[in-house]
Amino acid sequence: MHKFLIRSFVSSLVLLFTLTVAAVAKDVKAAFVYIGPTGDHGWTYQHDVGRKAVEAAGFKTTYVEGVPESADAERVLRQLANSGHDVIFTTSFGYMNPTNKVAKEFPNVKFEHATGYKREHPNVSTYAARFYEGRTILGTIAGTMTKSNVIGYVASFPIPEVIRGINSFTLAAQKVNPNIKTKIVWAFTWYDPGKEAEAAKALIDQGADVIAQHTDSTAIVQMAEKAGVYAFGQASDMDKFAPKAVLTSVENNWGPYYVDRVKAVANGTWSQKDTWHGIGDGMVVISDLDSQMPADLRSKVKKLQADLASGKVHSFTGPIYDQKGNLMVAEGKTADDGMLAGMMTYVKGVEGDIPK
Amino acid sequence: MIKIVKRDQPSRAIFFFTPVLAIFLTLVAGGLIFFILGFKPFEALKFFFIVPIADKYGFSELLLKATPLCLIAIGLSFCFKSNNWNIGAEGQLTFGAIVSGGVALLFYEQEGFYILPTVILAGAIGGMLYASIPAILKTYFNTNEILVSLMLVYVSKLILDYLVVGPWSNPEGFNFPETRQFSDSAKLPLLFEGLRIHAGIFLALAAVVISWFVFYKTYLGFQMKVSGFSLKTAKYAGYKGKKMIILVFLISGACAGLAGVGEITGPIGQLHREISPDYGFTAIIVAFLGRLHPVGIIFASLVVAITYLGAETAQIFMQIPKYTGQVFQGMILFFLLASDYLLFFKIKFIGLKK
Repeated sequence: MHKFLIRSFVSSLVLLFTLTVAAVAKDVKAAFVYIGPTGDHGWTYQHDVGRKAVEAAGFKTTYVEGVPESADAERVLRQLANSGHDVIFTTSFGYMNPTNKVAKEFPNVKFEHATGYKREHPNVSTYAARFYEGRTILGTIAGTMTKSNVIGYVASFPIPEVIRGINSFTLAAQKVNPNIKTKIVWAFTWYDPGKEAEAAKALIDQGADVIAQHTDSTAIVQMAEKAGVYAFGQASDMDKFAPKAVLTSVENNWGPYYVDRVKAVANGTWSQKDTWHGIGDGMVVISDLDSQMPADLRSKVKKLQADLASGKVHSFTGPIYDQKGNLMVAEGKTADDGMLAGMMTYVKGVEGDIPK
Repeated sequence: MIKIVKRDQPSRAIFFFTPVLAIFLTLVAGGLIFFILGFKPFEALKFFFIVPIADKYGFSELLLKATPLCLIAIGLSFCFKSNNWNIGAEGQLTFGAIVSGGVALLFYEQEGFYILPTVILAGAIGGMLYASIPAILKTYFNTNEILVSLMLVYVSKLILDYLVVGPWSNPEGFNFPETRQFSDSAKLPLLFEGLRIHAGIFLALAAVVISWFVFYKTYLGFQMKVSGFSLKTAKYAGYKGKKMIILVFLISGACAGLAGVGEITGPIGQLHREISPDYGFTAIIVAFLGRLHPVGIIFASLVVAITYLGAETAQIFMQIPKYTGQVFQGMILFFLLASDYLLFFKIKFIGLKK
């Protein structure tokens, strides 16, 4: 009898809880604007995984995929703001100006813009991930696994985000292997499987036996698989596309942030923020480490991961020199966020010049 | 029994009827696709073709979207009517935008009534310059204008990439691939408060009127028509083909360049990598759907513009993948080409009498 009472009490609590969640769900509606198709297995795919987490938390969501950064973005944003959405996530840099423009017209709608720097109105927040922390891990692995001491890196655009990644990667690789060189090919695209594969091929032909990427398609890891070299997945766990080549992936994990922000809107506690989360906050996730890596490397990586998360290790710890040998960060110091946000010089060990 | 008979002459009534038939068939096939995908076909079509333009704002967006399509298609009709296959309007748009954007940046934070006209003119000249390449190569070196104009599209996009990443990128913009925002003195005025529709629509309307006049009231229009029917006849009649070829390419390039100007000095307000969602290619569909007739092109640009808007609305309200918009554009062209069969052939139903 007691058990029955407790059980019914618990189940009624659960019911009450579900009803509350349902009531919240009716109130707040979130919208997501994507640059690519949800099936790209890269940037957009991961944002959509985040959106599904918001749905799972009991909120209604809408998304529009393949929205070009042309004049169309503004119309899509206005339509979403006009059709009862309370918070709109715009997940590509090129939406920055339209986001701020539409935000001005809809002061009651919250806007969250990924990877941008403009917050012209109190209802615009920006968010990004400290992907460079993930690249410290990749650099450590690449520096250890390379035999040719040439590491290839397919880059997208010469913006601080990408330069920072190249530097963080190279610094970590140098730490475990002072002889390595990082060769860069600029693809000038975020997503173009053809161009990316070509870039990877060019790097492999130049002797690179580990390929890193800052573009979103699976073409590079597939090219690496074919050529018998190592590679790293970008944005999502790309192991299944190239099981032999992929040593690990850096995953973009937006779900917790999205759920957090939508809940804040529901509770009325949302306020303007500039978020930059890394491994510690779970926005950057390292996938399973491949068993081809020696056990001691794997445990070293695990420890590095924990230290990056706790803040014990910083990706940019001095002394750091640029290509010409000028000191960028003094011994014992770490680069501050301002320096990271505007980073436009290569560190020593990177080959070539930043395209101007 | 059904029998197919060749027509002695292409039917004029059918000529204007087949585009309507193509649109109708597209709607039927579209409804069928929605049904197969598990959506209610009529509701989906409503969200696709009616909801997006049901209010003032939506209608203004339709006009905004149709403006570049109409402008480019009018320009293309000069080429297509005279048997010149300019496939590179997208490149001419891009290059026009580059030249005009460069001028707009030159006048950054300056005032003056002369700035906007200069910016617009620069765009037209840029488009003309870029279109003159396939035209000159065709007339003097006998190259294939389809290949040359198409490949130049990619060249122009790479030039734009280079400029916005490098020398023209916003000095305060953390090196992101975009220029500064143009000053208001270099931007097209908006027609109504709160709507994005801008003065560029008058450029498109002017192009419509001028093209109608040229096509049907001038010697050039007649030459184009004759060359379109038969190049040999044109030669026999003694028309100076080279001059005409270059002229139609220049007109076409100017229109595409102006469409580019409308985008960057209108709703976008700066140069970046994605100034056009392939208007230059979509305008080819518009030109043919409009039967290369100025008035037809107006209607065709509105029909095609709505496939863009409808795709967004259908995704927002019904979770239909947005890429169905492109499926619709493809279907319109497909059905149009297919139903053009009726221009030259007629179907006869013959009774089964013994």
